[in-house]
Amino acid sequence: MIWALILLPFGLGVCALLTKNQSLQKYLLFGGALSHLILTISVWQKPPPAVLWGWLAIDPPGLLFLTITCLLFLLVSIYEFGYFEHLENDTEENMDVLIFPSIHTKSLFIGCQLFFLSAMTLVTLSQHLSLMWVAIEATTLASAPLIFFHSSPRSLEATWKYLLICSVGIALALLGTFFLSIAATKPDGSQTNLVFGNLLSNADHFNSQWLKAAFILMVVGYGTKMGLAPMHTWLPDAHSESPSPISALLSGALLNCAFLGIFRVYEICHKANLGAFANDIMLALGIVSLVVAAIFILGQSDYKRLLAYSSVEHMGLLALGLGFGGIGVFGSMLHALNHSITKASLFLLAGIILINYHSKKASDVQGILTRSKALGLLWLFGFLSISGSPPFGLFLSEITIVKSGFDQGRFIIASLSLGLLVIIFIGMATVFLNMTQPQPVLKSEKIHTPPPLRLKPSMLYPPVLLLLLSLVLGIYLPGWMKDLLVNIARQ
Amino acid sequence: MTISILLKTTISILASLILAPILLGIINRVKAGFAGRVGQPLLQPYYDIFKLLKKGLFYSTTTSWIFRWGTLVSLAVIVCALLIVPCGPFPALISFKGDIFLLVYLMGVVRFITVISALDTGSSFEGMGSSREMFFSALAEPALLLALMGLAKVTDSFSLTSIANTLSATNWFNNGASLALLMGTLFIVLLSENARIPIDDPNTHLELTMIHEVMVLDHSGPDFAVINYISALKLWIFSAIIAPVLFPIHTNNIIADFSVWLSGMVLISIAVGIVESSMARLRLTVIPQFLLGATALAITAIVLTWIG
Amino acid sequence: MKVQLLLILVLLTNLKLLGSSRLGSSIRTVAIQGSLLGLLPLFIELDSLNWRVMTLAIGTVFLKGFVFANLLFRAINVANVNREVQPFAGYVSSLLYGIVALIVSFWLGQILNLGQLSYSPLIIPVSFFGIFSGLFLIVSRRRAISQVLGFLVLENGVFTFGAGIIKMTSLLVEIGILLDVFVAILVMGITVFRISQECDHIDTDKLITLKD
Repeated sequence: MIWALILLPFGLGVCALLTKNQSLQKYLLFGGALSHLILTISVWQKPPPAVLWGWLAIDPPGLLFLTITCLLFLLVSIYEFGYFEHLENDTEENMDVLIFPSIHTKSLFIGCQLFFLSAMTLVTLSQHLSLMWVAIEATTLASAPLIFFHSSPRSLEATWKYLLICSVGIALALLGTFFLSIAATKPDGSQTNLVFGNLLSNADHFNSQWLKAAFILMVVGYGTKMGLAPMHTWLPDAHSESPSPISALLSGALLNCAFLGIFRVYEICHKANLGAFANDIMLALGIVSLVVAAIFILGQSDYKRLLAYSSVEHMGLLALGLGFGGIGVFGSMLHALNHSITKASLFLLAGIILINYHSKKASDVQGILTRSKALGLLWLFGFLSISGSPPFGLFLSEITIVKSGFDQGRFIIASLSLGLLVIIFIGMATVFLNMTQPQPVLKSEKIHTPPPLRLKPSMLYPPVLLLLLSLVLGIYLPGWMKDLLVNIARQ
Repeated sequence: MTISILLKTTISILASLILAPILLGIINRVKAGFAGRVGQPLLQPYYDIFKLLKKGLFYSTTTSWIFRWGTLVSLAVIVCALLIVPCGPFPALISFKGDIFLLVYLMGVVRFITVISALDTGSSFEGMGSSREMFFSALAEPALLLALMGLAKVTDSFSLTSIANTLSATNWFNNGASLALLMGTLFIVLLSENARIPIDDPNTHLELTMIHEVMVLDHSGPDFAVINYISALKLWIFSAIIAPVLFPIHTNNIIADFSVWLSGMVLISIAVGIVESSMARLRLTVIPQFLLGATALAITAIVLTWIG
Repeated sequence: MKVQLLLILVLLTNLKLLGSSRLGSSIRTVAIQGSLLGLLPLFIELDSLNWRVMTLAIGTVFLKGFVFANLLFRAINVANVNREVQPFAGYVSSLLYGIVALIVSFWLGQILNLGQLSYSPLIIPVSFFGIFSGLFLIVSRRRAISQVLGFLVLENGVFTFGAGIIKMTSLLVEIGILLDVFVAILVMGITVFRISQECDHIDTDKLITLKD
């Protein structure tokens, strides 16, 4: 079962690389995503046993992120039907923004997406720290060709930054893994198996000096991948220059996988009585991320870059949740779920806007509401959701995280984070509201009625679904999900 | 001092004074061999010195007493340096703790006198050569000092004679890598100080490429003979530092030890000849990198002696 | 003893990379370094050779020594790159940084004493020196290919650390790490090629359009 989860997308990816039939490729992607979802649902019903000497197994955090990943993947694969139709039909108008890819690149695109899914599944399923490292590096490599799908100099620059910075970060994380294994050496000289459960149970005997160094290295390394400041510098470029469905996947699923890596080391530190140290570091990174996000969101002119910095902000909130501890961990996990759903829907909507307005600058996009009521409303709801307004899900998780901060006595940090969230809200509001509302027109000017936007249903339904889900999660958290989250936080 | 020690030190000084120009002959023969020629006779440097001694002496009207005295004073200084350097099993006349530093400074004095003699001629040509020479020596000196300190660290002694006596095969066994790196550094410094390729071409007479040769352009007759002799002695001294590291063999037979040591010196000269024949001169801008690389090698060697 | 010799040679290759100015010789030096490190596990377990160590060593030497060099040479040939590398920090500064990094690495080696856990006291200094050199190469060099070389050196440094600790990881993980590095180099090579096609240069200093 576990093998199927990993190998099915990989196999389909190889098929996609080999076929040249374009519609077959799209259906391969959709079929792969659908079957992956079905497998995941069956995992929920009946957890499969561990394989590979316990290196691959399902545990609560892995299950959560696996579910998020495959849900997002399915919806993105539906979106891509419409996305590719647009690319094929509208080449003349889109020349300046989107460069029409060749057939060869398209099969690479689909194939790499399936490899990407397979690698992310591997991350969520691996229980062995080194295997997890291999999987996270594999996700970086599988997603890099996806970013330069539209081969423009800008996207190539973004890809280069992404590749180099993330690979360096992950190499440091490997060093951290080695340090961890030194810390885990038993006094008689034998090595502890790096399987996660093993590490947790033996954690009190670990050498604290080496464990501290290992934690710092791994947080810096995986934090680079996750987008925590000050290692976030690749994130705005990569997430804004890649095609919109890929941005959705990167922001919604990939950042979570890196977060999973940090979470695992965080748990080990807590079990090894270094909890206070780990919390301090997470708090520091979280606050710095919030500050950086706030600074760069104010006055941001590119709406996709705005969404990317918003990802940095939410990753900072995740780190803060871990840093506060207690119920903050529950809040972080809930926040990861909500953020993935909302951010993915926003990026998909941004894709629709980009196709219709042919510009990434927010100043070029005016009056979405007048041209398409549906899109405008969705964009507005998306903004409300991502900035943490009730009744959307992010409100609940942000409240939980901040509340845990006050509970733990970290008044200054919690208040500071609230203030920064307000600043970010203001920054985002300016951009979003300017985009949705029409420009005020003088009475004497002729009123040009711009043509209504063409929206393909396949592109519209996934964001709608995701936003609805976000709304639902804000009002009602299903019991089974709540149990899972509590399970994670309890460890 | 007992008679035997006095005898040994006398032999050491006499051997250095007499045998030094042969190294130049060996290098020239090796270069000729690589070029497919028969080349000069091995004793050619001696013939050149004697020939020059018989020639007339001319002084330029722009020079002063510095130029006239320069050659003799540098000869005196370098013979003083020779008094510290051991000749294989024959100890040096003067040896005390820290004489490695004295050696470096005596070489510095010789270089200084050569440079001011060159500047004294008032020619811009010599001035250019002097500035280049000082620049490269400034870079080579840390390498030399660090290499000597590395040797001192390996053998725990600060005198050239005791370094030569203490070095043995066990040092190679324990600190082989360090000693190899130190030898590399010393070899590079030898090439630099003696104006050999890849730092300077001793055969060139083109303005653009001369460094050392240009400083001695104005010397004539006996002065030039002394200059040639001094360069032979410089080569001898630098080889004498490397030779005990190369063949650190101490048997009780003095003749055997001396012949092994001599063969080491010959080997070093052959190596210089090979390097001269197989490489081209480096660009002037690359030479600082090269010398800094030698310093890095010396530091690596010293750092390696901390461990294991 | 042989392990020490191997590690010292690795250290010297790092020094050469810091002071080197030509792309071709840099690629070859990194290939030599990779091969030396591939032989490291072989020499460490010389007395208890088994199939696993042999295959891993041969695989690493083949991959790091030949395949990577091949890929990178192809990338620079196809991209028609001017072979000289112009860095931000001059070669003299790079060498000086290298000397300081060397001293710091050896000092760290004294502090983080692993004692029985490592095969040789030189492991920590050489691996940290590799890491510092790799990071410096990535930061100070302009050409994208040199940055890839810096990444390889960084990975080599981390690998030295892992290989030098007693009975570190199992075969599967080592193969995984090796494959990861291979695919990384592949993807980086392809990206460099595309960059050279689109932008007519591989000077990362000129990739500055994306900024706030």
